[in-house]
Amino acid sequence: MASLPSYDVIIAGSGSIGTPTAFFMAQSGLKVLVIDPLPSNGQASNKHAIGGIRATHSDPSKIMLCTESLRVFSTWQETHGDDLEWRQGGYSFVAYEPGVEKTLKDLLALQRSLGLNIHWLEREELLDLVPDINPLGLRGGTYSPEDGSASPLKASYAFYVRAKQLGAEFHFNEKIVDVETQAGCVNRVITNRGNYPCKYFVNAAGSWAAEVSELLAVSIPVRPDAHEAGITEAVQPMFAPMIVDIRERPGSANFYFYQHPAGKIIFCVTPSPQIWGFHDQDTSAFLPLACQRLVEIMPKLGNLRVRRTWRGTYPMTPDGNPLLGPVDEVGGYLLAAGMCGQGFMLGPGVGIILTHLVTGNLTEQERVCLQSLHYKRDFSGLEKLK
Amino acid sequence: MPESRIKSHPILPDTSEATLPFYWKDQQFFARPGEMLASALIANGVQIFGHHPKDNSAQGVFCANGQCSQCMVIADAVPVKSCMTPVHAGMVVHPAEGLPKLPDIPFQKKITPIPTPELVVDALIIGGGPAGLSAAIELGTLGVSTLLIDDKDRLGGKLVLQTHRFFGSSEAVYAGTRGIDIAKKLEEEVRSFQLVSVWLRSTALGIFEDQSVGVFREAEVYTLVRPKVLLVCSGAREKSLAFPGNTLPGVYGAGAFQTLVNRDLVRPCNNLFIIGGGNVGLIAGYHAIQAGINVVGLVEAAVQCGGYKVHLDKLVRSGVDVRTSHTVTAALGSEHVEKVIVAEVDKHFDPIPGTEREVPCDTVLVAVGLDPVNEFIAKANLVGLPVFSAGDAHEIAEASAAIFSGKITGNRAAKFLYKNDHPIPDEWERVEEILKSKPGKTISESVVSATKGVFPVMHCSQEIPCNPCSTVCPRDLILVDESDIRHLPRFLDEEGRDCIACARCVAVCPGLAISLVDFRKSSQVALVSLPFEMPETSLIIGQSVEVSDTDGALLACLPVVGTRKVPGYRNGTTVVTLEAPADIATRIAGMRLIHPTPAQQFDEADSNPEVLSDDAYICRCERVKAGEIRQLIHSGVRDINQIKAVTKASMGACGGKTCLSMIKRMYQSEGILLSEVTETPSRPVFIEMPISILAHCANDEKVGE
Repeated sequence: MASLPSYDVIIAGSGSIGTPTAFFMAQSGLKVLVIDPLPSNGQASNKHAIGGIRATHSDPSKIMLCTESLRVFSTWQETHGDDLEWRQGGYSFVAYEPGVEKTLKDLLALQRSLGLNIHWLEREELLDLVPDINPLGLRGGTYSPEDGSASPLKASYAFYVRAKQLGAEFHFNEKIVDVETQAGCVNRVITNRGNYPCKYFVNAAGSWAAEVSELLAVSIPVRPDAHEAGITEAVQPMFAPMIVDIRERPGSANFYFYQHPAGKIIFCVTPSPQIWGFHDQDTSAFLPLACQRLVEIMPKLGNLRVRRTWRGTYPMTPDGNPLLGPVDEVGGYLLAAGMCGQGFMLGPGVGIILTHLVTGNLTEQERVCLQSLHYKRDFSGLEKLK
Repeated sequence: MPESRIKSHPILPDTSEATLPFYWKDQQFFARPGEMLASALIANGVQIFGHHPKDNSAQGVFCANGQCSQCMVIADAVPVKSCMTPVHAGMVVHPAEGLPKLPDIPFQKKITPIPTPELVVDALIIGGGPAGLSAAIELGTLGVSTLLIDDKDRLGGKLVLQTHRFFGSSEAVYAGTRGIDIAKKLEEEVRSFQLVSVWLRSTALGIFEDQSVGVFREAEVYTLVRPKVLLVCSGAREKSLAFPGNTLPGVYGAGAFQTLVNRDLVRPCNNLFIIGGGNVGLIAGYHAIQAGINVVGLVEAAVQCGGYKVHLDKLVRSGVDVRTSHTVTAALGSEHVEKVIVAEVDKHFDPIPGTEREVPCDTVLVAVGLDPVNEFIAKANLVGLPVFSAGDAHEIAEASAAIFSGKITGNRAAKFLYKNDHPIPDEWERVEEILKSKPGKTISESVVSATKGVFPVMHCSQEIPCNPCSTVCPRDLILVDESDIRHLPRFLDEEGRDCIACARCVAVCPGLAISLVDFRKSSQVALVSLPFEMPETSLIIGQSVEVSDTDGALLACLPVVGTRKVPGYRNGTTVVTLEAPADIATRIAGMRLIHPTPAQQFDEADSNPEVLSDDAYICRCERVKAGEIRQLIHSGVRDINQIKAVTKASMGACGGKTCLSMIKRMYQSEGILLSEVTETPSRPVFIEMPISILAHCANDEKVGE
C-alpha cells in the first residue's frame, strides 16, 4: 500500500491560473500545494497581462469560464475586501472597414444567441461612448458593457494571500523535476527540494506547460509566442471601454487599449506574423508601431507620453482555446494550460471548474465545457476573436 | 514677485537678462533666453508647481535633472517636465493640479507611418560628462566613428555645476582647474574631431533585442542608433532619504540645487539645511555661500564627514554648524519646507529619542550618496550588445577619476573595434585607482614656527589625490610624491631656491588650504595671503576681518592690506593679504567675510512632532509610504516585484529611479540580506516619451472636426 498522499492537489505554477485555482481549491477544503520556480506569485506571464476581462468570446466554453471569472472579479472587493482595481468599463470592437463591420456583426449574432450582453453601436452612439475616437471613417462597433478590467498584479496578490489564509501552501524558487505515477495515476511530485505525495497534479505552468507535461510523458500542443505591451502617464478620464481595433497593419494584427481607473492608458499589439519563442527583451519595432496605431485611432493620445513597455509570452494552442481538464494517459493529471494570452480573465473560472472536478461537483454544463476543451480535440477550428 | 536670480557671483560670469515673456497662470514672468522652465519659475518666486493626483500634496523641483517628474507643469496645454523644457516667448504655463487633461489634436483620415530613422556608428557614448567626453576624445584620436549623446542642452555633465577647482593630478585630469572650465576644455577637444558627432538634448530610451539603441534625438525625432560598441558614461543618480516631509517642495537633491544655483544662477532659497557630509554635500554648502545663501546647518549621520577635510574646513571656517552623528527625522511645512527636525543618531543610525531639535530653514538639500546609472550596461549585456562603462556609471568616484576612467575606457573600446594597436599602460590603471581612492588618514597639522622669509603653509592634513600646488610652483619648492599623489605636499625650504611669493599655490589649491606667510618686512608682523572666492563686493581694503585656523577656531580680527589676482588664476580667485601678528600668522587658514546668520541655536522641538518614520515617502511618483512597504517586508515579502505589485512603488513616472534603492536600504535596515531579495527588471523607456514623436507619422490629410 502506498502511503496516504499528503496533498490533495499540487499545482505547477502560481500564475494567472495556478493562484486563483489554489484559492478556490483551498476554499473547498482541499489541501493544496503550489510550486513555482520563481521567487513569488505571478512573476512569469501574469504580471505582463494588461488586465482586460471579457466574457464576449465566440466559444461557449470560454464564455462560460469567463462569465464565472467576471462574477469573481466584480464581487471580490465586497466579498473579500481587496481592491483589485476592477472596473466595469465594457469592451468595444470598432469598425472602420466594411469587412471588419461584417466580421463583428456576424459574430455578434452568435454571441447574442449564447446569451451575452453585447450589441452594435452605430457610429454616433460609439462617438458618445468614446468621444475622442477618430470619427473619420468610423462605422460603429460592438459594445459589451458587462466586460471590464482589473489589475493582474493586485488580483494575483489577493488570490495568493487569501489562498494562504485558507491553508494553501506555496513553495517558491522550487523546480519540479519529475512527477511519479503509480498504477497509471499521479503519485508524487519531485522537486529539486523535496518529494510531495499527491492525488491530483494540475499543470498551470503557462508558457512552460509543454515542458512540465513531458515529465508525465504527455505531449500537449502549447508553445509560447511573444507580445509586447505598454503604459502611458496618467491623464484625466477620457473613455471607459477596452477598445479593440482588429484591422491588419504592417507588423501587427489586433491592437487594443483601455484607460486604467488611475488614468493611464495601457495598450497591447498582436504581432503579425506571430513571434514564436521565449523572447523577453523589447523589440525596436514595438514602440513606433504601437504609437502609430494609438494616434491612428485616437489622435489626441499623441500628446500623451509613454511611460513603460514590457514583453511577455502567450502560451498558444493550435486553435486559440485552452487545454483544460483530465488527460487520457495519467489519472489525476489535470491540464490548465494553453490560455493563449487570456489566462488572467480565465483564471478564476478555471479555478472553479477544476475545483468542481476534483471535488466531484461538476455540473453538466461544466462537463460539456471540459469535453470541448479536451487536449485531444480537433484543432481545426479557430477562435474568432483572440 | 521679487526675482530670485544671482546677479553677482564670484566665479560665474554674468548671464543674459531675463527678457523672454511667459505666463504662469495669468501672471507675466520673464525668463532668460534658453532657460529651462523650472529655473525660470523658481527665479520668479514659484516653488509649488502643482499637486499630486493621489494625495493632493504640493510638488516642486526635486532632481532638476529630467529624471523624477516631480516638477511637471502644463506648458501650452501639454504636461511636461519643467526642468527639461526650455521656455519660449509667450509660453502659457499652468500648475499640474491632479491629473492633466489632454488637448485635442485634429483628426486625420489617414496617417502614413514614416520609418524610424536609423544611424549606424562604430561607437555610441551615452553621457557627455567627464567620462563620456574623455572617452570621445580617445575614440576621436584613434579614428573611431563615434556618436556622443547627452540629455542636457550642453556638454559637461555635472562638470557644468562644479565651480570649484578640481583635485587630482594636474597632468592627468586638469587638477587645479574649475570643473566648469574642464568641461569647456574637454568639449573643445571633442568638437575638433570630425569623426565624433554630438547630439545634445538627446536621451537614450532603451536598448532593444536587435541591439539598437532608441534615442530621442534633440528633443524632436525618435532615432534608432545601431552601434558596434556602447559606452555607458551616464553618471550617477542621487540616493535619497526617507523622512516625513521628504516630498515637500524645498527638499532638493544636491544636483538639483547645484543646477539651479551654478548652472542657471537662480537662488532657490535663503536658508539652506544640508543632509550629508560627503563631498557633494560639503561642496554644495560652499557653493550656496558663494551664491549668497545662508547655510543654517549640516548633519552627517556617520561619526565623521566622509568628504575631503579641506571641503569641510571651508564650511566650518565660514561658520556653518556641522553636526556629525545627526540626521534629519522630518521636514515640516504646509506646502513648502519651513523647518527640519534634527536628531542625534546611535551607531545603527537610528535617531536617539529625546535629542530632537528643530531648525528653521526654507530648503533641505539631500546629499546622502550616489548610485551608478547602470541600467544600460545590464540591458546591453542582456541583448548581447558589446558594452563598456566609465565614470560613475561604472563606479562612484570623484569627477577627476571619471575623466581618467573615460580615457582608459575609450582606449579599450577602440581596441575592441581593432582601432587601437597600443597596449593600455599598466600605469594608467594605477593612476585611476589613486584618483578613485577615498580620503585617507588625517595627520594632525603641525604648526610652522618660522618667523623669517616667505613661504607657503599647507593647511592640508588629509591624504587625498591632489598635486596642483606642486605642479604650479615655478621654483619646484613644493613636493608631492609623484608616485602616489595622495601623499601630503611638503614645502622644501632649500638654500638658494627661495620662494618668490608668487602665490600660485595659494590660488590653485582646490581645498583653499594654502596660505602664504611673509616675514620679509618684519619678524613681528607677517603679511598673510589667503585665497578668496566670495563676491568681491564683500571685500574692502582697510576693513578688519575675522580669521580662523584650519578647523574654524577664531584667532583674531585683522586688517586687509591688499588684494591681487595671480596671473593664470584670475578666474574667480582673489588673493587677499592681511597683516597678522607673528604668533598666529602661520595658523591662519581662512577668513570669514560673509557672515552667515549664525546657525540658529538648534531649538528643542516644540512638542513631540506628529510625524512617524512610516509616513516618509519611499516612492514619490506613486506616493507610497515607508509604512506600507515595511509592513510587506515584515509579512515576509522578499521579492521587490511583489512590493511593486501591491503598492505600485517604482511604477510611476520615474520608474523606480529613487525608490528602488531606498527599498533595498529598508531591507538592509531590517537586517535582511540583499542576497535574499529579488530585484525588479529594468524596462524601457528610460524617460517618458511623447507618443506623437514615437509614432513619427506624416499627416496625409488633416480634417478638423
